[in-house]
Amino acid sequence: MTGESTMAAALNAALHDALAEDDDVVLLGEDIGTLGGVFRVTDGLLQEFGPARVIDSPLAEAGIVGTAVGMAYRGLRPVCEIQFDGFVHPALDQIIAQLSRLHYRTGGVVRMPLTIRVPCGGGIGAVEHHSESPEAYFAHTPGLRVVTAADPQDACSTLRAAIACDDPVLFLEPKRRYWTKAEVDTGARADLVSARVLRPGRDATLVAYGSMVTTALEAATAAEDDGIDLEVIDLRSLSPIDRETVAASVRRTGRLVVTHEAQASVSVSAEVITAVVEDCFEQLEAPPERVTGYDTPYPPSALEDAFLPGLDRILDAVDRTLGRRSSREVA
Amino acid sequence: MSTTMSAPDHHLVEGLDQPLQVLAEDGTRHADAVLDPHLGDVDEALLTDLFVDMSVLRALDDEAVALQRKGELGLWPPLRGQEAAQIGLGRTLPATDFLFTSYRENGLAWCRGVTPQEMLAVWRGTALSGWDPYQRHMATPQVIIAAQTLHAVGYAMATRAQGGSEIAVACFGDGALSQGDLHEAMVFAASFGAPVLFFCQNNQYAISEPVTVQSPVPIALRPTGFGIPVLRVDGNDVLAVRAASRLAAQRIRSGEGPVFLEAVTYRLGPHTTSDDPTRYRDEEELARWRRRCPVLRLQRHLEQLGAPVDSLREEVTIRADAATAGLRAAIDQLAPPAPDSLFEHVYTTEDTALSRQREQWRAFEASLAPEKPEQSPGSPS
Ligand SMILES: Cc1ncc(C[n+]2csc(CCOP(=O)(O)OP(=O)(O)O)c2C)c(N)n1
Repeated sequence: MTGESTMAAALNAALHDALAEDDDVVLLGEDIGTLGGVFRVTDGLLQEFGPARVIDSPLAEAGIVGTAVGMAYRGLRPVCEIQFDGFVHPALDQIIAQLSRLHYRTGGVVRMPLTIRVPCGGGIGAVEHHSESPEAYFAHTPGLRVVTAADPQDACSTLRAAIACDDPVLFLEPKRRYWTKAEVDTGARADLVSARVLRPGRDATLVAYGSMVTTALEAATAAEDDGIDLEVIDLRSLSPIDRETVAASVRRTGRLVVTHEAQASVSVSAEVITAVVEDCFEQLEAPPERVTGYDTPYPPSALEDAFLPGLDRILDAVDRTLGRRSSREVA
Repeated sequence: MSTTMSAPDHHLVEGLDQPLQVLAEDGTRHADAVLDPHLGDVDEALLTDLFVDMSVLRALDDEAVALQRKGELGLWPPLRGQEAAQIGLGRTLPATDFLFTSYRENGLAWCRGVTPQEMLAVWRGTALSGWDPYQRHMATPQVIIAAQTLHAVGYAMATRAQGGSEIAVACFGDGALSQGDLHEAMVFAASFGAPVLFFCQNNQYAISEPVTVQSPVPIALRPTGFGIPVLRVDGNDVLAVRAASRLAAQRIRSGEGPVFLEAVTYRLGPHTTSDDPTRYRDEEELARWRRRCPVLRLQRHLEQLGAPVDSLREEVTIRADAATAGLRAAIDQLAPPAPDSLFEHVYTTEDTALSRQREQWRAFEASLAPEKPEQSPGSPS
């Protein structure tokens, strides 16, 4: 099926088709039934597939993930919804200490084809615990795949790939892009590992993921006016990272800027930059730059514009890596 | 086999079949053997105070919803319908007992003297915490369901260890009954005999999910498995909540360990201003609970006593107008904080890595600032 759709509707279509095609797929989460989820990603699915497959769960995240582990033991393919990023933490133990290592622990005998959907990131003026970027906690966990999507098409095809995958997948949905509209082909499939070069460019490589891809593309358009030609890469998979695609790009451009909403220290950008330094240090023309949230808790929403990386901060970093005047010399 | 443990016991629950009540829906007062001994001080003056409090609280809550609709607040969790539960507890416990609440307990905050600015800051997004917990004897609102219940138990354990006579109160909704944190809180409280009151406002829904999704048995039976006694009261009856709060606090203070109080009530509005309750509950149910309105019930009772209800209502209007004007005025006081305050209070001492980020942020901001026009000497500034 092809047509114009929001990211939320594209995710809904992906869940719908996955439920329709495979009886082993079940959804569970808080408010995903009658309400259709607080973002309406599961809208209408209870009505169509019934309460045995679309399960309104008790208000318990460890319970959601832990019981899904048991369901996967028995051969189901559960898709859990965590209502908001900040509420995934009660389930950390089940995800990190249980789910992610079962395949390894059992010498490959037990498979955990389990998907955990988490609306993620800030920029929507929400209250505390509703704008977190917890990806680094998960990307640090062996055995767990961590993926995200930047646009409706990718959201749909990556979610299908996550549900089809026999490994546990944490799927981060950039909530401030839920209402972005684009053409979506629900039959299209993505793989779970490859980064995408969204815009070829010559002068520097700009790596982003999730909500920041849109901002990165906007920055590239703005840079064009200054005669700077940026290559934009959507990382998509945060663990494992497609270091080949990034390194291949940096070998051509010689320069790297990485951007994400999450705090900088011990983050995905740290990993991407390390990979580039390991893989193509000789081709680097300048120190890599990163543009991220600061190492503070997510601030009250009145300050989120200062916290979140925007176009100007990205362009400033691009200027630095190109050796042009930048804010660091202003001070 | 002999054991000192007590088995889970239905007798640990008062009010299991029918929530304890002293004010019927039509406002008539009736006797209740459990609650009556704790209502000795109730006279017309107290009743009118409670009525005014609940009415003003309702007006405040409505005004906050209106402010959200006007775009002045990012979000608001209405408490309409739960006034008796919150005023019943809040006006009964001494102000030194320490409250650990969720986001919907603005009525308790009101009882603790929290100012309009303090109350709205979080919902306007200008602060993560609106007030000083030590000054108000009330922790800042908790968004993570049930997390505060453990804090209350720890606080209670510390209070007792330090020889204090205060109790701690953990306030939460029916949804919290599903979280591990609450169960762990009950284990600690029961095992250590912590002076803590578990105060559950069962408003029947956790967003869209009816309480049956959280528990197929009455939730009041759950604490009994931990050996914690339960009082289950009509949460729309302010006198019942008052009496039960007193009874519970008295038992806890006398060293008998934790008590669980379930106030059976109903959230008349949406979960928050972002919610659409028509998707998950019907008009008939709503109408049934509107008839049980806690404010109206007390008004009827006052009418039956022959209290001057009309003049009371006038007083309510005056007080409510002042209170809502205070909320509107608070909006103007709640300007966004300075952006670089973002970097404050992450650690108690200056951190060099973070200071570096702040300097980079400042340099970047300075690079964006438009060139300041030269001022000619002598021109007024
Ligand atoms: C750990 C966690 N999971 C999910 C949520 C999202 N959420 C916010 S309020 C709520 C419902 C809470 O219902 P209840 O505990 O009954 O309290 P009420 O809102 O009815 O006062 C949910 C699911 C949350 N805040 N925290």
